[in-house]
Amino acid sequence: MTGLQLAALILVAITATAVVLTPEALRQALVLGIFGLALTLLFFTFQAPDVALSEIVVSTVGLPLIILLALRKIAEQEQARDREEDE
Amino acid sequence: MSFLPYVIAAWLLLVGLYGVVSSTNLIRTVLSLTIVQSSTYLVLLGVGYRTGGKAPIVADIPTSSKLVDPVVQVLVLTDVVIEATVTALLLALVVQAHKRFGSIRPADLRALRD
Amino acid sequence: MSRRARLAMFAIAGPGLAVVMLIGMHGMPAFGHYHGVYGLLIDKIEVPERHATDLVTALNFDIRAFDTLGEEFILFASVAGVALLLRKLRHERQARRRRGIEDHSFAGASAGLQVASLYLIPLLIALGCYIVVHGALTPGGGFQGGIVLAAGPLAILLAGRYFAMKRLAPEWMLEASEAIGAAGYALIGVAGLIIAGVYLKNFLPLGTPAMLLSAGMMPINSVAVGLEVTGAFLVVWTEFLDQELFVERDGGDN
Repeated sequence: MTGLQLAALILVAITATAVVLTPEALRQALVLGIFGLALTLLFFTFQAPDVALSEIVVSTVGLPLIILLALRKIAEQEQARDREEDE
Repeated sequence: MSFLPYVIAAWLLLVGLYGVVSSTNLIRTVLSLTIVQSSTYLVLLGVGYRTGGKAPIVADIPTSSKLVDPVVQVLVLTDVVIEATVTALLLALVVQAHKRFGSIRPADLRALRD
Repeated sequence: MSRRARLAMFAIAGPGLAVVMLIGMHGMPAFGHYHGVYGLLIDKIEVPERHATDLVTALNFDIRAFDTLGEEFILFASVAGVALLLRKLRHERQARRRRGIEDHSFAGASAGLQVASLYLIPLLIALGCYIVVHGALTPGGGFQGGIVLAAGPLAILLAGRYFAMKRLAPEWMLEASEAIGAAGYALIGVAGLIIAGVYLKNFLPLGTPAMLLSAGMMPINSVAVGLEVTGAFLVVWTEFLDQELFVERDGGDN
């Protein structure tokens, strides 16, 4: 196992723990993007360029956008509900 | 040292399951499920790796050189794209659950049982 | 079950699962010692038989094309599920115009961001088309190129112009692209059945390796999957954005 693979594996383990232990959902979405980058680095060191190519686009563009939009929609519904209850 | 990828994959699985079990709102559950899915990618790629093997593209290296296994890469490749879409489906479910029940904490969703 | 009870159960079950997995790892070959037969066979026979230099795409679209058919339809089904869940329900209404949405009110899209996204849009679309078509030669193929292609119209959203994005990629076009991709892949298989007698058999002339028009039907399959993945991701993003921007509750409860 080369040194680069070892470093990538440890980076993946650390960022995965960081994703689970982050308190708010908004911050977790951003740390998830970093976890995706660490996974891409890991796939490169494992000699898998095809997999790295799809992982990098999905985890930096695709997934955080959907999570942020869902969070925004839920926050907005909470506000509308609070406004209804005040009336 | 020769089992380290599998150990890290087991760690990812357990950390992801801990995230699912201890989450306080449903969006955190969905994000922890992403971590659990990533552990399977690691196991698959770890099984297919050959020491000294190169990436399975033979455009500029001789075709008889040592290559890593391409079959597991096919599995992981399509899996990565499908994971994103299934996570989108789960998040759409969370948004609709919030519309219907007014909260995304798992404890408040007992209305499903009544 | 309360959170504390769940955590207590996990405190027992988690280490148990860890022990079982560690015991199971002892039977696996060490990392780097690959014992499989199928992979070694593919390495030897692929270029003489299929004339494609990218083994992963050759497996994806030719040798194991049937698995890709199934996975493509998983994608299609999840996106249909998202669209079904997020379409307007009976008690919601479509807000005609939200205040401030015509001029970019997306939390300040500065001039630098707009210029950068203007450069990004043609680059991303060109790169996406390149990756899709060159699937059989270099790392790439339908899945990867499809997502890069979907990120092109998304750069317009980054510049704060959501309506311009909807004009470049209207909904009927996205849904048509997704449907054509999914149906096209299945129909290419039927053509293989009619012409060569086996479903999804490579029936086009194979050409010389490392040329663009080689490897038979692999580029056509790649384009079909690329269309489907692009349409799928853009439909998902548009559904979530429409939910956030246009749909609001009506006065009364259901």
